Amino acid sequence: MSIRRIRAMFEKEFRHILRDSRSLIMALFLPLFQMLLFGYALNLDVDRIPTMIYDADQSTDSRALIARIHGSRFFEIQGYATNYADIEKGIDRSKVLLGIVIPRNYSQHLNSGARANVQILLDGSDSNTASIALSYVEGLLQNYALQVRSAGQERLAGMPIVAPVDARLRVWYNSTLQSTNYIVPGLIAAMMMVIAALLTSLTVAREWEMGTMEQLLSTPVRAGEIVLGKMSAFFVVGLVDTTIAVLVGIFVYGVPFRGNVLMLAFSTMIFLSGAFFWGILVSALARTQLFAFQLGLVTTFLPSFLLSGFLYAIENMPVPIQVITHVVPARYFVTIVRGIFLKGIGMSLLWGQVLFLAAFSFLVFLAAERRMRQKLA
Amino acid sequence: MTSTNGPALEIRDLVKKFGDFTAVDHVSFQVAQGEIFGFLGPNGAGKSTVIRMLCGLLTPTSGWGAVAGFDVAKHPEEIRKNIGYMSQKFSLYDDLSVEQNIDFFSRIYSVPKALRAERKEYVLRMAGLTDRRTTVTRLLAGGWKQRLALGCAIVHSPRILFLDEPTSGVDPIARRSFWDLIYQLAEGGQTILVTTHYMDEAEYCHRLALIYRGKLIALGVPEQLKRDLSSHKLLQLETSDLLGTMRALESEPGVLDVAVFGAGLHVNVDDLAAGIDRIRQVLAQHKIQIKRMEPIQPSMEDVFVGLIEAEEQKNP
Repeated sequence: MSIRRIRAMFEKEFRHILRDSRSLIMALFLPLFQMLLFGYALNLDVDRIPTMIYDADQSTDSRALIARIHGSRFFEIQGYATNYADIEKGIDRSKVLLGIVIPRNYSQHLNSGARANVQILLDGSDSNTASIALSYVEGLLQNYALQVRSAGQERLAGMPIVAPVDARLRVWYNSTLQSTNYIVPGLIAAMMMVIAALLTSLTVAREWEMGTMEQLLSTPVRAGEIVLGKMSAFFVVGLVDTTIAVLVGIFVYGVPFRGNVLMLAFSTMIFLSGAFFWGILVSALARTQLFAFQLGLVTTFLPSFLLSGFLYAIENMPVPIQVITHVVPARYFVTIVRGIFLKGIGMSLLWGQVLFLAAFSFLVFLAAERRMRQKLA
Repeated sequence: MTSTNGPALEIRDLVKKFGDFTAVDHVSFQVAQGEIFGFLGPNGAGKSTVIRMLCGLLTPTSGWGAVAGFDVAKHPEEIRKNIGYMSQKFSLYDDLSVEQNIDFFSRIYSVPKALRAERKEYVLRMAGLTDRRTTVTRLLAGGWKQRLALGCAIVHSPRILFLDEPTSGVDPIARRSFWDLIYQLAEGGQTILVTTHYMDEAEYCHRLALIYRGKLIALGVPEQLKRDLSSHKLLQLETSDLLGTMRALESEPGVLDVAVFGAGLHVNVDDLAAGIDRIRQVLAQHKIQIKRMEPIQPSMEDVFVGLIEAEEQKNP
């Protein structure tokens, strides 16, 4: 390996990047654009559930219950029904997701200690949202009923009654349970895998298409020098991209950054090198720009978004799929970025992930170098 | 390891197969130091395949080759330091400037730092691009591109230069000046192996190899190749009816070959005097007027066509 030839490759490649203003603009705007698009679109929070209420009881208790629902940030009352048909129509037209029916004798049952039923009608077509909405509304109803009842009993007993268990919850790392805090760091990781691989996926294929690869292969430059030179040129772009993404995460989405910047920078560099080598390998295999781009997209986009644990918890996947996730580099980087952002943890807990990424990068480099060494068809 | 007296390159029984297809079929030849060696043949004959094997871009299926004293199969890295290669397709970075291309290849070929500026000026002068050093390569005209590609292939003063159809798609004047450069390089002691399908260019070479369907069918000095063919006698013939003449003479005994050549025909006969009499007789029968008929020296193109036809008769 000659440092001088690697530098020559690096400078040449960097000139290509700077000359190609369209690609450069895309390379810098893509992370910004994706961060904004995915960050806002991928909102897993369920709140302001459109709700319709049919109050058949019209009592003080039922009105107090409605006021409670009204005051919650989880529900937004779209209207009041006077019969079942209205609710049915609302759900059919997707105007509301939730219908609450308070029966005629609700107040009476509640105060007499009998079962006070409230009917909940849910649009279950989005089962995830529906079950979250159900748990919110159940909690609210239970809570309210309990309060009314204990207030009545207290009145009878003439002294406060203490509930047998009083659970006080304290959520760590993401105390407000906002899904952006969870999604954005993962998004940075998954997205950078795709961007990095796509950036380099064209570079070798273009040289094959232009005929310059044949020229290069006739010179003393070695395959490893070509791979390293190309990678280091894109490395600069990749670091700028990651910085943009992290800044958007912190300042646009307000995700707390609790960890060490240097730790993030170090692990990002290792991760990016692997992703860039992957793009180069794909490019050397495909030899045409179109095929290389498609291969790069397919091999990075789906695994990084679906199998990295960025959106879907790996523990909930079938065992064979879980096994596959172990070779998805984004999986490890998602854990690292989330850990650094939200938990503020460092090398002592993340060394395993960093080690895997380093091994991945090295192996892919070897594969790309071998592939590049192969001669003409 | 590198001997200065031996041949610059040598191949023996070189074979390259792509699946069932034999692209190069037991080709052997030697090229001496400082020689301009022409490699002639129609498209797809296997010229480029031979060159690519010599540059280490393809591995031979069998046979042996040595370039600058290094075994093609065993020491391709050593060979690459000693050769310059200009491929058929223009292959510089056209989004980089003239100077950036030269600098890049200069560093890739590990030209010592102290020599780099001097070599760059030499290449710029040679290619006539001194005033255009900052021009983006894409904007150069064909002839200049060609000379820049040559310049980048010789920036490290290689001992052996491989030029694969260097002048295809370049105008005649640019071709002429390109060949002047090739002569200069050969005078400076560099060995040059050049492929072409331009017959006039073949005549500029010191020695020629003719390759057809992967086989070497002739090897020698251009003059000698022409003399060999002179056993066949060639007539330049112009008549009032070109096609009628062709049809009338084609099946005639003693006439080996009739081919259109410019405004007339080249007729190959086995005996000059008898041939002329015969043609007079036959054309008189067909009422075709002879405007001009005279024996001529075969050109390289005649040699080429004659040899290929002989080859096709041997192995149809």
